[in-house]
Parts: sequence; C-alpha cells; structure tokens
Amino acid sequence: MNPQAIVEGLIAGSTIGLGAIGLTLAYSILRFANFTHGDYLAWGAYFTLSLTGFLGGLAAAFGAPLAPFSFGLGLPLAMLGGMVMTVVLALVLDRVLFGRLRARGAETIIIVMASFGASMALRSLLEFIYTARPEYFTKALQIAQPIGFGMRATPDQLLVIGVTAVLVVALHLIVTRSATGRAMRAVAENPALAGVYGIDTARVIRMTWIIGAALACVAGVMAGLLVQIRPYMGFDLLLPLFAAAILGGIGSIPGAMLGGLIIGLSEAFAVQIIGAEWRAAVSFIILVLVLLLRPQGIFGRGAA
Amino acid sequence: MTSLRVQDLWAGYDPGLSIVKGVSFVVARGETICILGPNGAGKSTLIKALAGQVPVQDGRVTLDGRDVTGLSSHLLVRQGLGFVPQTENIFASLSIRENLQIAAELLPKAARAARIDAMFTAFPDLGKRPKELAGALSGGQRQMLAAARALLTEPEVLMLDEPSAGLSPKLVGQVFDTLAQISAQGVTLILVEQNVRAALAITKRALVLVDGQMAHDGPTEGLQDGAFLGQLFLGQRKGASL
Amino acid sequence: MELLAYAAFFLTIALTYAVICLGLNVQWGQTGLFNVGVAGFVGLGAYTSAVLTTPDVDARIGGFGLPILVGWAAAMLVAGVVSFAVGVLTLRMRSDYLAITTFGVAVTLQLVFQNWEAVTGGAFGLAFIPRPFAGLQSQPFAFNLSNLAVTAAVVLAVYLLLEHLLRSPWGRTLRAVREDDVAARALGKNPTRIRLQAFALGGAIMGLAGAVQAHFIGFVAPGNFLPMMTFQVWAMLIVGGSGNNRGAILGAVLVWAIWALSGAAIAELFPADQQARAASLQIVIIGVMLSLILLWRPQGILPEGRSRNRLRKKEPAE
Repeated sequence: MNPQAIVEGLIAGSTIGLGAIGLTLAYSILRFANFTHGDYLAWGAYFTLSLTGFLGGLAAAFGAPLAPFSFGLGLPLAMLGGMVMTVVLALVLDRVLFGRLRARGAETIIIVMASFGASMALRSLLEFIYTARPEYFTKALQIAQPIGFGMRATPDQLLVIGVTAVLVVALHLIVTRSATGRAMRAVAENPALAGVYGIDTARVIRMTWIIGAALACVAGVMAGLLVQIRPYMGFDLLLPLFAAAILGGIGSIPGAMLGGLIIGLSEAFAVQIIGAEWRAAVSFIILVLVLLLRPQGIFGRGAA
Repeated sequence: MTSLRVQDLWAGYDPGLSIVKGVSFVVARGETICILGPNGAGKSTLIKALAGQVPVQDGRVTLDGRDVTGLSSHLLVRQGLGFVPQTENIFASLSIRENLQIAAELLPKAARAARIDAMFTAFPDLGKRPKELAGALSGGQRQMLAAARALLTEPEVLMLDEPSAGLSPKLVGQVFDTLAQISAQGVTLILVEQNVRAALAITKRALVLVDGQMAHDGPTEGLQDGAFLGQLFLGQRKGASL
Repeated sequence: MELLAYAAFFLTIALTYAVICLGLNVQWGQTGLFNVGVAGFVGLGAYTSAVLTTPDVDARIGGFGLPILVGWAAAMLVAGVVSFAVGVLTLRMRSDYLAITTFGVAVTLQLVFQNWEAVTGGAFGLAFIPRPFAGLQSQPFAFNLSNLAVTAAVVLAVYLLLEHLLRSPWGRTLRAVREDDVAARALGKNPTRIRLQAFALGGAIMGLAGAVQAHFIGFVAPGNFLPMMTFQVWAMLIVGGSGNNRGAILGAVLVWAIWALSGAAIAELFPADQQARAASLQIVIIGVMLSLILLWRPQGILPEGRSRNRLRKKEPAE
C-alpha cells in the first residue's frame, strides 16, 4: 500500500467534502436532493477561469505565480468573484424554478426531477459556451515535496487541504453558535414552526443557497486547480457528493466533511488495487453499504 | 379598546375548500376568551389562520387597527401576535436555551439576555439544565418551554391551540394556573380548547364554532352546565349573537 | 423512397424509446418511483442480449450465438432481477434515496460496460448483433419497414399487456397503494411488495427495449447508455403525460422528433467545426422544455384520467 494514497485521498476528500456540505445543507433545509449541485462546482470553476483570464489581461501581475504556489494573485481574487456569480446562479435558479415549485406545494420528487433536468441543461450550456476541451488555471508545474512518511505533496495541494480545514471549522462554528445557524437548524427541523418562532424562512433558504453555492465554487476551483476544468467535472463528482452526504448523515456539516474524506481516501486506496477506471464504483459501493447498514449515516439521528 | 378584530374570515388549506366560513369577532385588550366546538368544527384552523399557518381566503384581520390579514407567521410575531401550536411546538433538536434565543432575536440586542433570564425565573424547570436538548423534556415541560418562548417577546395577543392536550390532570391545572397569571399581566389570551371545564374556569367569554361558523359568542356563565353547550355543538340551537 | 426509409428508421428508434417510456411509466406513473438510472437498465438489457446472441469471438467470454428471442427474454430477466435488487435496497426509504441509488446504479453499470472488456468488449462494445430480417439488409426500405413492424408489434404487445394489468386486481391494488398507502395497508395489502413488483416489471420492460434497440442498430457501445438517455426518456414521459401509457408513446415520438429536428437544424446552422459544441444546445433545449412543462403543465399533454394531483402535498386534516 503506497502511503501516497493518503495525500491523494485527503485532497480528493477535501473537494468532495466541501461540495457535500453544500449539498447536505440544501438537503436538510430545502428537503430535496439537488442534482444541480455538482454543476455549481463546475460553473464556479468556469466563472473563476473567465475572471482569471480577465484579470490576467488587465495586468501581468495578476497572472504571475506567487511562490510557492502555481497561481498568482489573480486566482483568489477571481475566485471571490466566482463565488458571487455562483451564488447568483443558485439564487436565480431557485427563484425561477425551485421556489416556484415549492410555492405550489409540489411534491419533493417533482423538485428533484426539475433539478435533474436543470442540471442537464446547465452542464450542456457550459459545454456550449466553453466547449468540452479541458482547461487549466495555470500552466506552471509544481514539484511535489516530501512531507514525511514516504508521502509527497505540492504546495498547492497542501493549501487546498488547509483552506478546506479552515472553511469547515468556520462553517461548523457558524452553524452551532450563531443566530443564523440556529435559524437554519430550526428550519431544517420544522419550517412551519420556524415561522411561528419569528424566523424568516425565505431568508434562511437564501442563506442556504449562498453558503452551498459559495462552497461549491471553492470546491470547483480546487478541483480545477489540482486536476483540470471540464464541463462534466461537477457531474462526475455528483455520486461521491451524494454518497458523502448520506454517509455523514443528512444535515451534518462535520458528517459531510468526514464522509467526503472517507470516500476520498477509499477511492485513493481502492484504485491501487482495482485500477483507476473503477474509481466511481467506490462511491456507489459505499452508498449501498450505508443504505444497507446505517441509512441515517454517521451523525444522523434515528431511522431515515 | 380593541386588540384583535376578525371580520368575515374564510380560511382553508385547499383553495376551493373553506373550513372557516365567515367568522367574525372582536377581542378587547386584556380579555381572555376561549374557542370551543365539536371535533372538525374548524377551531384549530381558525386559530392557525390567525397565526399565518393556514391560508386566509377572504375577510379581514386587524390588530390594534393595523391590517394584518394574510401576513406570514414570522411577520405576525413581529406585530405582537404570538402563537403556541398544539403539537410540535418546540424544536427538539435544539437546546432549551437555543429555543429561547431564537425568539430573543426579535428583541433589541440589549434586552435579549434579560428576557431569557426572566423566562428561566418564571419557569424554573427550564433553567435547571438550559443546554439540554428540548427533545429530552417531558410533555408538561415542553408546554412550559413553548409558552416561555411565546411569552419572551411580550406579545400583545397570545393564542394557544389546546394547551391541555395530552397532559395529566395535575399538569393541566399547572398550565391553566400559568395562563391565568399571564392573563393577569394584561396579555390578551385566545384559547382553543377541547377541555371545556378547564377553559371555562379561566375565561369569561366563549366563542363556539360549529361547522366552521360562529354558533355562540357570549359570557361563559350558563355554559358550565353541559346541556346548552351540547345543543350548540349539535347545531340544535343558536347561541348568543355577537 | 429514401425519405420513407429514413422515416421508417426514425420511427423505429422512436418506438424503442416508447417501450422504455412504457417501462418507466410503470415505475413512475403507476407507482410514483423516480428512477434516475434508466439508461443503465436499458444498457443492461442491450448488453445481455448482445452477449448471448452474438457469434463467438476469441477475446471475449460470451458470444453464444443464441436466437434473438432468447436474447430478448434474457434481457428482460436480468434487468428485472437487478431492478428488484435495487428496489429491495431502497424502497422503504425516502423517495430521493431511490433516485440517488438508481443514479449510482447507472453510473456503475456504465463503468462495467466500459471496463469489463472480457464480457462487454470495453470501449468498442459489441458488434455483429443479429438483426431481425437480416436477409433484407440489401433493401433498405423493406428492411427498415419490417423492423418498424417488429418494433411496433413489441410496443403494441407491451401496451396491451400493461393496460390489461392496470385493469386487473393487481393494477387496482397498485393504484390503491399509490393513492393512499396507509389505507391500503389497513386493507391488508403489502405496499412494499407490490411496489417492488412494479419496479421490477418496469425494469424488465426497459431491458427489453434495450435489447430491441441493440438488435435493430446492430451494435452496442458504452456511449449509447449515458445519462443523456435517462434524461431524454424522462422528458418524453413528462411531456407526453406521466401516468398514462398513451402519453408515454406520444411523448417518445414527439420528443424524439424535436430531438431529430433540432439536430438537423443545428447541423445546418453551425459550421462543421462547431458541431460538437452546438450539439450541447439540443440538451439545453430539452432541459428547459422539461423544466417549463413541470412548471406550467406538469400533467403533460395527455393527462391521466384519474391521476392524483401529484403537484400538491397532502395537508393535515382539521
């Protein structure tokens, strides 16, 4: 067993975990499995890509790599802009599609179906605008440095893991300690009662999309930075995202992150045995095992 | 001086089907009234419509002269109209303190801690282990928390849907003692109740709803004997008019 | 003549999709289950039949050269059994877990089609699948027409079978379970068991459709069974009228027509090097169409007679 798989697993797990957090929040507060979530990752990466290009065109300083990383100042700035744009995309989609269906009292499964249709359209729109050709944030190559125990990692990779850890801790604190977090947990338990308590449920829903879409953008940028940017990048992550959210327990942020890490690590170790082409099957097997053995997930309460 | 004026209210879950059919009444400030009626009469639907939980289909509701018809629940709370549902009236997955903190958000920042402490003083059982999950509370304690949460924002009008439901006789007594104290502090109380005896003990005026319409609106004297009430419920006579 | 041959070809493909839709209708329209992995089950049927009926080839297991009908029967069986297994796993849970799991099934099956070269031929797939009326291949018109007849016969057979089942006691129980789960249980019916049966039946029909399609086209490849197909089939069912067998057939033909027409239009309007890119526009069109239908006319073009208004959640009684 090559210990390098641990590094690969942590990196993949970080991306999956961040994406799964947004998915699990939407799932618990809006009560539907959002098939478009993967596409928020992809759109986030592409928005950021376009903004990076724009900034790079403005001044070479934006593009010049900031040692020891492979990217320049332009990328984090562009990512902030990308987060805003991804949030707008999610809010628009909710206003135009999901919110309207909710207002009509549509059954959950109809909303899930709509999200499936919307995800197909979003993905194809990306392909139409950018073509299917893989893109990259940076051409600069990085050498992996030894970090102990026979493992190597590039500065970019370590940054990704670090940023993920910070984001998860921050998010966990927000959800458990802040008024917004309390309101979100209340709406997740009982939306009607939340109104009676004085909570503006519409605002909580907006907050959910904002947090979810922003995190998805960050996850997309990470995946784009470390691997590549393609229109199908989000869709290919959808099954691991769902598996991670369900494994961790719907509604649990630590659960989603832990689930993401478990899946990332499992994939990394499994491909050493069965080959990289079978990677996607790992998430499916984990999903099936969770549904068979403990459907409520690690931190879920009671039966599903 | 009127608190709540309800004019010709029609309400129901489905657009084509009304459960509350043209109900009108006025509640004066500081009054305590109960809403009685047989099962399926629409008592719960009426109070839920007033609380923003069931769609208002026609009619008008004014609170102290302000038109609050059809406002959503969270806006009604801000207008001073509090509501305690019959079941699922607290957040079991949040702690006792957090349940109160959510309500406290509606108050100015400076006042929040004081009001929460005031509730812990008024309901000592809740203050013992404030970090405990509300789901661990007993039935009676949950009702206490539900009431404390609603009282925290000092509502002008407080509506309760069957506060005695599912409680033992001793607890029912405690609940109604508390309600009597709340009323004594000047809060306008509207109670929907199945437990006629307990309701009549603390209210001076009763509204009787039968088949979604008002069958009686008058003083509670004379209602203690069940015969009159029974006849009202069965639609065999019309009671006092509004 | 050529136009007629093309029309026959087009209609045949549309009708194979109609069979898939009929199968999906059993799962969704009659039972309320959201299967997001349709393409996987279709592919399963196609590959099963292909493996059994293609001539033997050294590099692969399979290629038993069995008769076409055996292949089709096996396709139904395998797809039905796998559907049953998936149902056992997820039917007791919330409806979106079924959606996610079927999605995962399709993704995994896709991997199997792609990578288990020993059986599925890997990325190249399986060719030389025996066609019905193979002898007529040199006469395109007669060939297409006879295949059209076969496919139409399959559609008719499945349609009649399903209509008959719906009016039978089994169908009535299924409807009762769909309308009111609790009441049905009180009457002694086992909702989970009948849902499982419906799900397996729907899956078997999808497998059959895959086999029919594979034998008409003559080859299968992993790229034939992508999520795009699942998406097209759903659009067909929703547009045509979910819960309704005639709607399923109408939707299949209509959406396939829109697909083919938009494809032709794009081929005309866009230069050659932009073709692949423009093809993604087709999907955007279908995606938007599906969302619009769900918003404005969720019951589809041909609404079911006594459909439950799935658009409104049940409200508690007073």
